[in-house]
Amino acid sequence: MKHHLSIAALALVCLQAGAEGPKDELYQALGGKAGITRLNADFVPRLFNDARIKHIFKDANPNNLVEQLSEQICAASGGPCRYEGGAMKAVHADLGITHAHFNALVEDLQAAMDAAGIPFATQNRLLALLAPMHRDIVTR
Amino acid sequence: MCLPSRPRRAIASLLLALPLLCAAQGKLLLTGGVSTIEGAAGGGLTPWAVTGSYASAGEVGGSAYLTRVSSQDYSLNSFGVLVSLHDRAEFSLARQDFSTGPAGTALGLPGLHLKQTMAGAKLRVAGEAVLDSDRLMPQLALGLQAKRLDAGGLEATLKSLGAKTHGLDLYVSATKLLLAQSTLVNLTLRASKANQTGLLGFGGTASASLSLCPEVSVAYLISRHLALGAEYRVKPDKLNPSALGAALKEDDWWDLFVAWAPNKQVSITAAYVDLGSIVPGIVPRRQTGAYLSAQLAF
Repeated sequence: MKHHLSIAALALVCLQAGAEGPKDELYQALGGKAGITRLNADFVPRLFNDARIKHIFKDANPNNLVEQLSEQICAASGGPCRYEGGAMKAVHADLGITHAHFNALVEDLQAAMDAAGIPFATQNRLLALLAPMHRDIVTR
Repeated sequence: MCLPSRPRRAIASLLLALPLLCAAQGKLLLTGGVSTIEGAAGGGLTPWAVTGSYASAGEVGGSAYLTRVSSQDYSLNSFGVLVSLHDRAEFSLARQDFSTGPAGTALGLPGLHLKQTMAGAKLRVAGEAVLDSDRLMPQLALGLQAKRLDAGGLEATLKSLGAKTHGLDLYVSATKLLLAQSTLVNLTLRASKANQTGLLGFGGTASASLSLCPEVSVAYLISRHLALGAEYRVKPDKLNPSALGAALKEDDWWDLFVAWAPNKQVSITAAYVDLGSIVPGIVPRRQTGAYLSAQLAF
């Protein structure tokens, strides 16, 4: 029993160590600013066409959304960008977004990342940076 | 069983219509776990802190499963259903049917089946296993499993060894998805006096008190649809020693599993399981074998 637990602990330590790397490694893995913009140019139309959540985007401008998301993902992934859009909490306060809506958006992003050929492990490293935003975005 | 064609068609159309009737699809793929052999959502052998089905906050969902485990000398069939409310609470009902094989025959009870009914409840009390990827805080849940055993011709023997035919397991589970590492970790602490999960009753002359047993699961996500993992479940050993000496000594269980969810309606889990020896006084060899489980969610 002890043996198995220490193997599990060791595996975790190795996984944590494996996540180290240059600061912009994830940004580069996403194809830099051009790759990230291409990703969002595919991702945003998926949001506007998703019956589960398109009502949330009815007042949004798709081109602005591509630009803001690209800045945000560029900055989050260690790239040379600064996100200058609105604060997450204020922007989403009145939209009545549920966990199910949030996860629908995650699924659309996963589909866009699949289409862009981004490996699953890399996808999860990006999602790990974005997922905590649920605390500011989900209001009911 | 062969049903006449009309009811069979009705059941088929009901199954096809379920995903349309119930839109509890708010969670991400595989984040409700699969069905354990005791009915709760989790891995195969161990409950996790996640609630079953794909129901997120504001939704009600359910799932049903069928599992078969077969080893050199024994087999276990288990089936059950669960209902999940708002990704907060889970209620499950499950049955197990254990074929005692050569052990039953040696005891003068050829063809003996041990049957167990289990009612479970689980309440998520803190944390967010999947989306709080910037925190180490896991999702925590408290659970209980009330079990009743129908031991058939073995009941008198179990009673003479001090084992009851009903028991209650209490557990606390902590589940954390290390999203950046595509790895899920679960630790469950279970207070139990169940012998072989209850199939040989609860407690014994050696001890009638609860034991605190850790259960560990680790899973690596290969894709959204596929997880590969291992589990280890420490078990109490309340019938060792008994009036029969170490004949009923109980071993820990572990498994290596692969779970596949092509969509939010279906998942299939296959595993290699090691159940140690079961009733070593009669059947000393270690029991290893295949675990196969299918789950429908709605």
